[in-house]
Amino acid sequence: MMIVDFIATGQGHFQAIPPDWPGGFWWHWLFFTVVVIGFVLTMVMGVIYIERRGMGRMQSRLGPNRTGPFGLLQPVADAVKVLLKENIVPAAADKLVHWLAPVVAFAPALMIFAVIPFSNGALLADLNIGILYIVAISSVSTVGVFMAGWGSSNKYSLLGAMRNVAAVVSYEIPLVLAIVGVVLIAGSLSMNQIVVAQNIPFILLQPLGFLLFFAAGCAEINRSPFDLMEADSEIVAGFHTEYSGMKFAMFYLVEYAEAVAISAIICTLFLGGWKGPLLPPWLWFIIKVMLVFFAMVWTRTTLPRIRIDQLMAFAWKFLFPMAIINLFITALQVLAGWLTQLMWAMIIVNFAVTAFMVLIWSRFFFRLGWGRIEV
Amino acid sequence: MKFERYGIGIAKGLTVTIRHLLRHPTVNQYPEQRLNISRRFRGNELIWNREKCTGCGTCAKTCPQGAIEIVTATDMAENKYIVDKYEIDTGYCIQCGLCVEACPYEALYFSHNFECARYRRGELVQGKEEMLETPQRKVSGYFYPDKAQKLPGQTLLVEKITEKR
Repeated sequence: MMIVDFIATGQGHFQAIPPDWPGGFWWHWLFFTVVVIGFVLTMVMGVIYIERRGMGRMQSRLGPNRTGPFGLLQPVADAVKVLLKENIVPAAADKLVHWLAPVVAFAPALMIFAVIPFSNGALLADLNIGILYIVAISSVSTVGVFMAGWGSSNKYSLLGAMRNVAAVVSYEIPLVLAIVGVVLIAGSLSMNQIVVAQNIPFILLQPLGFLLFFAAGCAEINRSPFDLMEADSEIVAGFHTEYSGMKFAMFYLVEYAEAVAISAIICTLFLGGWKGPLLPPWLWFIIKVMLVFFAMVWTRTTLPRIRIDQLMAFAWKFLFPMAIINLFITALQVLAGWLTQLMWAMIIVNFAVTAFMVLIWSRFFFRLGWGRIEV
Repeated sequence: MKFERYGIGIAKGLTVTIRHLLRHPTVNQYPEQRLNISRRFRGNELIWNREKCTGCGTCAKTCPQGAIEIVTATDMAENKYIVDKYEIDTGYCIQCGLCVEACPYEALYFSHNFECARYRRGELVQGKEEMLETPQRKVSGYFYPDKAQKLPGQTLLVEKITEKR
C-alpha cells in the first residue's frame, strides 16, 4: 500500500501523536486509517444526498425521496445497483490500464485525508509539509483519469481525459498561489498548525484567496461549471464513458471523495478547520465541510458550463494574475506586521481590495468571452 | 457602467437558486397525490350507453382511424337494431372526439379516466362490457356541458408554488 510506504518514509516528521495513546504508533496508524476510510465513505454518501436533494430543490424538483426515510438510503441503492451491473470492457481497450485506472484515481483522493485534522492533533500524519503533500498527491488522480481516457480506446474518453489534464495543469497554479497566501499568514505548512494559527478564520484575512481557491478547486475536481471533462452534452461522459459496474462506481466515488477533500481543505485553510465554540471539534469540522460542499452545489446549480477556451482563459487571464496580486498584497501585509497589529482594519482593507480587484480586472483586462453572450 | 458583467449577474443567479430552494417544489408525487384533470378531458377511452345506443353506426363511420367496429343484428319484432359487437381499438384512437360529437342519440362519451396503460396490445381493444359507465370510470364533460358541471374543478400545479413548504 502506498499509505504504508508513505508512513514508513515520513516517520521522522511526526509531531502530534497523542502521548498516552495505547500501543503508540501502529495503533494510531490503524485507528486513523479506519477513521479516514470510514469518514470518506460516509461523507461521500451524505454529500451525494445533499447534492441530489439540494440540487433538486433548487431546480423546483424534490430529488430522490423514495428509498428510506426522506430518500436517505438513495446512495446505498445507487451503490447496490451499480455494483450489480455487468462489468463491460471494450474489445479494443488496453485491459491492464483500463483496469488499473480507477484504483490509481481513487487512492490519492483517500490519501489527501491523511493530513487533514479532525480535531487538535487528531490526524493520521501531522506532516510539517502537510499542504505541500496535499498539492502533490491530489494531482496524481489526474494520472488515473488520463489512464482511463487512454485505456478505453474511445475518442470521447481521450478528449475528456486531455481536457482534464489541461485543466488540472492550468488550475494548479492559482490553487497553489492562493494556498501560499494562507501559509504566509500562518507561518507553517502543517495543516494542524494552520488551523491552530487561525484565531479568526483566514477567509476574513484572505477573501480574494478564498474566492480564487474555491474557483480553482472546483475546476481541479471537475465540478460544474468547470466539468468540461465529463460534459455530457459534448463528449458522452468524458473519461468514464467506457466504464460500468464496479469500476464506474470507483470513478463516481473519486468524484465525490475529491469534492469532500476540496471542501475539507477549504475549511481547514480558510474557515478555521475544527475550531468552533460549544460543539466538539470533529462535529464543527463536518458541519463546515458540509457548508462548503453546499456552496459548491449552489454554484453548480446556478452557473452554466463554460467552454474549453473560456476555461483556459479564466485560469490564465483572471485567476493567475489575481493570485499573484493576492500573494504580493499578503506578503506586504505580513512583512509590515499589519496583520497582527491592525487586524480588523486589514480585514476591511482586504475585502475592499477584493471587490476592487475583481471589478477592475473584469472591467479592463478579462471578461469571459469578452462579454459576448452569443458566441 | 453595467454591473451585470462584474459578478452581480452571478449573485443574482445565486439568489434565484436559493429562492427556489426555499420554495415549494413545483411537482406532484403522482401515485399518492393526484391533480384533478380538466373537466372537458379528451382521453382515449370511451364510455358507451347501452340503453341510448340504437346501433346506427354513425360513430364508426365518422371515426377517421376506423378504430370503432360495430356489428348489429335486426330485431324484427321490436323493429330496431341489436348491437352484437361494439369494439374500439384504443391503440388507434387519436382522441379527436368526432365520434362523441357525431352520436345523434348522446350514447357515446369520453371517459374522465386517464390511466389507460396496458401491458399487451390486445388489451387496448375494449368491448361492450368494458365501455359501460362505472363509479371508477366517470363520464368526461367533453361536448356535454351539463356533465362537466358535475365534475370537480381542475387543479393546477401552479397553485402549489404559493403554498408554504
